[in-house]
Amino acid sequence: MTDQPVAPVYPNTWKRPPLIKSGLLRWSIVLGAAIYLAAAIGTMEINWTRVAEGLPRGQRFLDAFFPPNFADNRGVVWDGIQESIWMAIISTVAGIALSIPIGLGAARNLAPKWVYLFNRAIIAGSRTFPEVILAIFAVKLFGFGPFAGFIALSIGTIGFYAKLLAEDIENMSEAQAEAIKATGATWFQWINYAIQPQVMPRMIGLAVYRLDINFRESAVVGIVGGGGIGATLNTAFDRYEFDTAAAILLIIIGIVLVLEYSSGYLRKWVQ
Amino acid sequence: MLRLVGLKKQYRTGDQALKGVDLIVPDGQVMALIGPSGAGKSTLIRCVNRLVEPTGGQVFLGDMELTKLSRWALRLARRRMGMIFQEYALVERLTVMENVLSGRLGYVGFWRSWFRKFPKEDIREAYRLLDRVGLMHMADKRADELSGGQRQRVGICRALIQNPELLLVDEPTASLDPKTSRQIMRLINELCAERGLAAIINIHDVLLAQMFSQRIVGLEMGSIVYDGPPDQLTPEVLTRIYGEENWEETIGKVEDEELDEEDDFAVETPGRMTSGSDS
Ligand SMILES: Nc1ncnc2c1ncn2[C@@H]1O[C@H](COP(=O)(O)OP(=O)(O)OP(=O)(O)O)[C@@H](O)[C@H]1O
Ligand SMILES: [Mg+2]
Repeated sequence: MTDQPVAPVYPNTWKRPPLIKSGLLRWSIVLGAAIYLAAAIGTMEINWTRVAEGLPRGQRFLDAFFPPNFADNRGVVWDGIQESIWMAIISTVAGIALSIPIGLGAARNLAPKWVYLFNRAIIAGSRTFPEVILAIFAVKLFGFGPFAGFIALSIGTIGFYAKLLAEDIENMSEAQAEAIKATGATWFQWINYAIQPQVMPRMIGLAVYRLDINFRESAVVGIVGGGGIGATLNTAFDRYEFDTAAAILLIIIGIVLVLEYSSGYLRKWVQ
Repeated sequence: MLRLVGLKKQYRTGDQALKGVDLIVPDGQVMALIGPSGAGKSTLIRCVNRLVEPTGGQVFLGDMELTKLSRWALRLARRRMGMIFQEYALVERLTVMENVLSGRLGYVGFWRSWFRKFPKEDIREAYRLLDRVGLMHMADKRADELSGGQRQRVGICRALIQNPELLLVDEPTASLDPKTSRQIMRLINELCAERGLAAIINIHDVLLAQMFSQRIVGLEMGSIVYDGPPDQLTPEVLTRIYGEENWEETIGKVEDEELDEEDDFAVETPGRMTSGSDS
């Protein structure tokens, strides 16, 4: 290195490398998406006269809601609420109980390939159908009433909870798991000491969140015959008792709010 | 005694991490394993307790061939090997006590461990070890509330409560400051001496390796290129292990703890070499 070093000239602009390297491909994707979107909006028929007719009808509807009537059907509403709470709680508990083995089996870093595929199939299956569809099936199978709702919500819970549990396990710290494995722990001890502490806080938070979802879903499920507050709500609409319906909706909102706050609180507490 | 015979590991990506390693570690010997990044040091110690499955060769612990054990037998054999990790690998949301007691999992039944009802001797031993490393008062703290040095001491307790014959130690000081590094290495060393434990210690700091081991093995590209006492680690040997570099400054005279030189692996901290009074 006896040569006089030449000061290199550095560029003074820099651009982030694009996600899709080929410029042609990139622009044709953007263009294709734009054309599709334009075509989709173009084919959507909006009947403005109907919209115009709908607005005053909505106004009348809202007027009928007020003031909410908490008094007249108090007994029925209270029964419906109780049934819904009960339905939400036991379907959450049962769903989570079933989710734990399924979630463990669906975590790629715990289960062998075939167990993994099997459990993922269960999860995909229960995620395919929304709770309403599941409830329609369940009502066909077990008849009207909260049992059908319970079955529908439990299955819905599995698709939700087992999937998130499996994902959380797949994201855990490998080092902590290896350290416990290296002590000669059995599989169950390994789960209890290495996996459980890592996933527990999030899973408790999600359990409360799922309770919240199940309570809200119990209103929908009830409309198709699954019992609970949804059935009461449906009856109120059928009888044009909109003030009672409004009261029910307010109660649902109140309970969901309580669950919302308590889940936030609980999550902070278990962290 | 630990014996490796022609140990090979090829990762699925095609990396030949170990190319037929032969090595004997007698009882009670503290051996430092040095070598450049990617040489296969971690792979080697992980092949011993089969956290990584070797693809060839044999590993013997005493008379038992670890490499042909069934899963069940392997679990029982793992109790005889304590492991200490670079990033401590404590279960962060468990208490210090639970982390230490988890070293006994191989010995207690599921329900006892589930309810945290460990035998009295285990609990006494856990306290004794925590006291030994100066963390008695931390027993009920959560592991993620501890500093790095404290965590590593808990990691050491977890390995020792297994009552192992062999310690597998993977870069115990890599995330610690120079003084804490020395304390940890000294602690491992003393505990090995107290209990007549053999140890394989992966370490990047050549000076620490020289100070705290009876034997140094140099690994490069999956093969052993040096095996000898710490004081024969000459610049030529280091060049063989790590490649060309000016090594004169790196090598310590083993007896001399008051060295004041700079080395490539340690962070310069004023006064870092003036310890020696710590426990
Ligand atoms: N899980 C793995 N999958 C594929 N290749 C791996 C894996 N772990 C290690 N290797 C490869 O094996 C070789 C040895 O790695 P190893 O981790 O044993 O090195 P090391 O000596 O411990 O390095 P360092 O000092 O950086 O920790 C490297 O080439 C590495 O890329
Ligand atoms: Mg390593």
